[in-house]
Amino acid sequence: MSETTHTGPVLAADGTPLKKSLARALRVEKMRALLMIAPLLLFVMFSFIWPIGEMLFRSVDNREVGEVLPKTVAVLKDWDGTSGELPDETVYQAFTADMLVAIDAKQHTKLGRRLNFEKTGISSLFRKSGRKIKKLDLETDGPFKEALIKIDKKWGDVETWKAIQTHSVNYTNGYYLNAIDMQRTPEGVAVQSESKRIMMTLFKRTLWMSLVITGMCVLLGYPVAWILANLPARSANLLMILVLLPFWTSLLVRTSAWKVMLQQQGVINEVLVWLGLVATDDRLVIINNATGTVIAMTHILLPFMILPMYSVMQTIQPTYLRAAKSLGATNWTAFWRVYFPQSIPGIGAGSILVFILSIGYYITPEIVGGAKGVFISNRIAYHISISGNWGLAAALGAILLAAVLVLYWAYDKIVGIDNVKLG
Amino acid sequence: MKFTKTLMATTALTMVAGVSGAADMADEMTIVSWGGAYSKSQLKAYHEPYAEKSGVNIINDDSSAEAVAKLRAMNEAGNVTWDVVDVVAADAMRLCDEGLAMEIDADTQLADGDNGMKASEDFGELLVSDCFIPQIVYSTTFGYRTDLVGDTPPSKICDVFDLEAYPGKRSLEKRPINNMEWALLCDGVAKEDVYEVLATPEGQDKALAKLDTIKDSVVWWSAGADTPQLLADGEVIMGSTYNGRLFSVIEEQKQPVAMLWDAQVFDLDGWIIPAGLSDERKARALDYIMFATDTQRLADQAKYIAYGPARKSSAPLVSKHADLGIDMAPHMPTDPDNAKNTFLYNYEFWADYRDDIDAKFQAWLAK
Amino acid sequence: MAALTPISRKPFWLVALVVGLFGAFIGLFVGTANGSGPIGAICGAALLVGLAFLYINVLKDERAGRGITFAGLGIAGFAGAGIPGAVLGAIFGAVGGWMIYWIYEGRYRSYLPPYLTAGQVLWHYAFRVICGAIFIFLITPILVVMPLSFNAENFFTFTPEMLRFDPEGYSLKHYRDFFSNNEWQRSFKNSLIIAPIATVISVSLGTMAAIGLSQSHVPARRAIMAILISPMIVPLIISATGMFFFYSQFGNWMESTLGLDKNLVGYIKVILAHAVLGIPFVIITVTATLVGFDRSLTRAAANMGADPITTFFRVQMPLILPGVISGGLFAFITSFDEVVVVLFVGSASQKTLPWQMFTGLREQISPTILAVATILVFISICLLTTLEMLRRRSERLRGMSPS
Repeated sequence: MSETTHTGPVLAADGTPLKKSLARALRVEKMRALLMIAPLLLFVMFSFIWPIGEMLFRSVDNREVGEVLPKTVAVLKDWDGTSGELPDETVYQAFTADMLVAIDAKQHTKLGRRLNFEKTGISSLFRKSGRKIKKLDLETDGPFKEALIKIDKKWGDVETWKAIQTHSVNYTNGYYLNAIDMQRTPEGVAVQSESKRIMMTLFKRTLWMSLVITGMCVLLGYPVAWILANLPARSANLLMILVLLPFWTSLLVRTSAWKVMLQQQGVINEVLVWLGLVATDDRLVIINNATGTVIAMTHILLPFMILPMYSVMQTIQPTYLRAAKSLGATNWTAFWRVYFPQSIPGIGAGSILVFILSIGYYITPEIVGGAKGVFISNRIAYHISISGNWGLAAALGAILLAAVLVLYWAYDKIVGIDNVKLG
Repeated sequence: MKFTKTLMATTALTMVAGVSGAADMADEMTIVSWGGAYSKSQLKAYHEPYAEKSGVNIINDDSSAEAVAKLRAMNEAGNVTWDVVDVVAADAMRLCDEGLAMEIDADTQLADGDNGMKASEDFGELLVSDCFIPQIVYSTTFGYRTDLVGDTPPSKICDVFDLEAYPGKRSLEKRPINNMEWALLCDGVAKEDVYEVLATPEGQDKALAKLDTIKDSVVWWSAGADTPQLLADGEVIMGSTYNGRLFSVIEEQKQPVAMLWDAQVFDLDGWIIPAGLSDERKARALDYIMFATDTQRLADQAKYIAYGPARKSSAPLVSKHADLGIDMAPHMPTDPDNAKNTFLYNYEFWADYRDDIDAKFQAWLAK
Repeated sequence: MAALTPISRKPFWLVALVVGLFGAFIGLFVGTANGSGPIGAICGAALLVGLAFLYINVLKDERAGRGITFAGLGIAGFAGAGIPGAVLGAIFGAVGGWMIYWIYEGRYRSYLPPYLTAGQVLWHYAFRVICGAIFIFLITPILVVMPLSFNAENFFTFTPEMLRFDPEGYSLKHYRDFFSNNEWQRSFKNSLIIAPIATVISVSLGTMAAIGLSQSHVPARRAIMAILISPMIVPLIISATGMFFFYSQFGNWMESTLGLDKNLVGYIKVILAHAVLGIPFVIITVTATLVGFDRSLTRAAANMGADPITTFFRVQMPLILPGVISGGLFAFITSFDEVVVVLFVGSASQKTLPWQMFTGLREQISPTILAVATILVFISICLLTTLEMLRRRSERLRGMSPS
């Protein structure tokens, strides 16, 4: 150690002022940390965040109509749909011209499908009319108003043109409105028609059932986490295998195992019948409904509850309980006033984790949930892989993601994301 | 540290093995089909002999149930990974309309019949779309558990809707096709008017209202294997599925199940080639199609599953089951005994109305 | 664990009460199965109380007593209901016999603190029974799968032959199918190619980033953390669709611009997609390990002249290795068990095991997937044992390290 005999700024070994030197060291350290994070961060941003963003962009993107029917959209702007009168010949002519190009490129069915999401019946109209419009000649076959109405009388229906006009904007809020059981109409936002109104039911069901599943997991997970945290390490680790084994067994296998267990001729019902607890023609219906989903999902998500609870409970000193009891607390008071409050972070961490995971699940509800036990994510999967309504799927996904992000934020506030342990 | 070293060494090895393994699989094609007993019959009758003949490695993808949506997505992403796809006729028509399937000229691109008949003549009216190469005639019909339906087994399609005479669960497909037609038939609509009624919103509501009467007793299936499994478990007393799957439950698995042929719905199933393949892949796909749809191959498939071949010239060659040795003819949906009352399926109707009715049906289902 | 409380023999009424209740409980089930619940309960209770009385007052030989109950009830069960009856009877006998002596000798008290009241002792055991029930709930579905994988029929159901323990009802054919079927073998191989490489990528990038994140003064730490954790919290179906479009374009670019082989590109796509999914697990576990990491160790190493790389590999890495490995195992299992993303991003040549299982479940009636599951459960057990051994090893290491 050199003696600092002179006054003025403290100097580092190389003679620069210590403050500056420290700041430089800090900068270097920051840089080094960022350099270590950068590859992964870029990788995740580039191959995950961006694709998700692109996917969610589809929830407002509505350029198909304008792209396939450019002329029609331009002239349809001036038509007043609320007047109850059909658009005039210029619209029909522009439409025929657009359709001839679109049919050639086989784009008209795509547009028909797009509009069919909003008004059922348009898809078949585009498909059927497409075959006949193909034969029209733009030069000779006018006037097209009559020609089109002759092809299908729906072209003489104001509603058809209203639908095209309403959904001709490039960026739409229509998918989001559909996602919450509303719809976009020429007169503004309106409630979705009765036969299509299911989204709110599904959102509510998803939230409610996820809450039930989370509650069940807390109820079943708490005693298990407690006993794991309070047994001697060797036996606790052995029992831990019983928790981790299901956790690591393929989700598909566990779900099909529950199918085998829960069905009416399944293991549980057979055992109950054999024991005489239920009559053979009065078997419990515990699959293809909400009960099936709750049971199977509780089992699948239980380890996600136990593991964080366990890691929190491990840090609670057993001496506190003993101290409370020696000060005269009853068992219950000691637990409720001393132990339980300390274990709340574990419950919080586990609950939010389970809740987030359960609202995004769809394979298990699909297999054991029947029609009454499916979630909003099943709807998303349906729109992605069957109906092809990606815009609506993206809107539903965005809403779901927003909910999850709020929960994530809460999670971070309550426990801090770096305090989670997974076994 | 020993463990990590071993781990790394193994990883490095698998990487090398994986990459070199990937390199020698260049000459391969992906064929998409329905899975289960059906894919197995195709494997035996088409894939194995073709692989032997050409040396092409065939990869199966059992995704036909989602073929339309997936092809749309692949097309949009510009990355079609499928070479030949097995779809039902209505889907083929939709894909053809949307420009997602390649148009085929039957006479030049398909093999002539073994009697010298031109392909277009041999397939005849079954060539329902320019993009579609028919393969089999199958039917969707009901099977029931002989031990669970009481003394008078169901004999009419409307018994499915009769909860009093036949209490218990029944399985129906999770899509409108066929279910809507059966519902209307049993709601008193004449057979020839069904599609006319179904084209109107009121008719669709009528069909759904009829289905509503049994909704609580229905287990909905989405994959061909569901109904056979449900019947074998006794989970349902009757259920709709493809007749070939029922054949395999009854004859191969020996389960107490019998067929209810009444109002069976004939449909066609066949190949399409996705549009936009590279020339090399297109040539290979066409070569496969030429081979797999010739007279002998189509007749061979009927040795493994109870579906009728689509070529007229194949019919006389249909013989006995390859493993069981039983005569296949009485199990074919087209057998006169089975086809006493059939329902004529309208492909064009479903190609046009599928999107509309699907949306309605799914919303009804989720209620 | 040493005994905490000296034990003494208990009065007969206590033995009679406990074993009587146990006997009644079991008897109730056997009784209802055979017609009348109450009679069964009374018979069960009477049987066990009678046996207890005999053993305590007449026989006075514990080993003989327990042996007799076990064998006797096993034989009685066999006489009543064949092999299943014998198994259940023998279990009942073994537990009953053990319980008689456990109560009578007062052994149940031995490991509990001496100051507990009777109520507390009762609660102690009741709590254990509740926990046992929850553990049974956790493990039963997996236990159910195992016998079904030996089913001689092609369905997912217990056949009457199986319940009779008739060898006819069992077969290894689904295992044979797994090992001989091309599709299963190829998908297994694909999983073995994809999962380890994806794991290596997520572990190496993830560990590095976690160490970077653990340093103080990282700007926007929370935001970075949120981005890195996001693959875990975005619902899978949304990730899958997003990735499908992204990787299709990326794959086309690799094929056309880089001129890579189509198959190789397919693998790269799935591997990268899975690597992203595994990253949150690596980040979480490694960060958690780093929280307990003593920073003075790296400083000490630097002081003694080690460069950062040597410090990392020789000092830091061995200490955080358990966290890294457990994160790696999570990442591995994520990829090995992942079905949604691979269905979208992969093509059939990259079909993985879960994909094949998914189609097996949907399209085919084949317990082969149960056979695969059983094999995988055994692999899981091996992995868990490895993990446990590593944990013990790290405890030893930490015990030696300065604290």
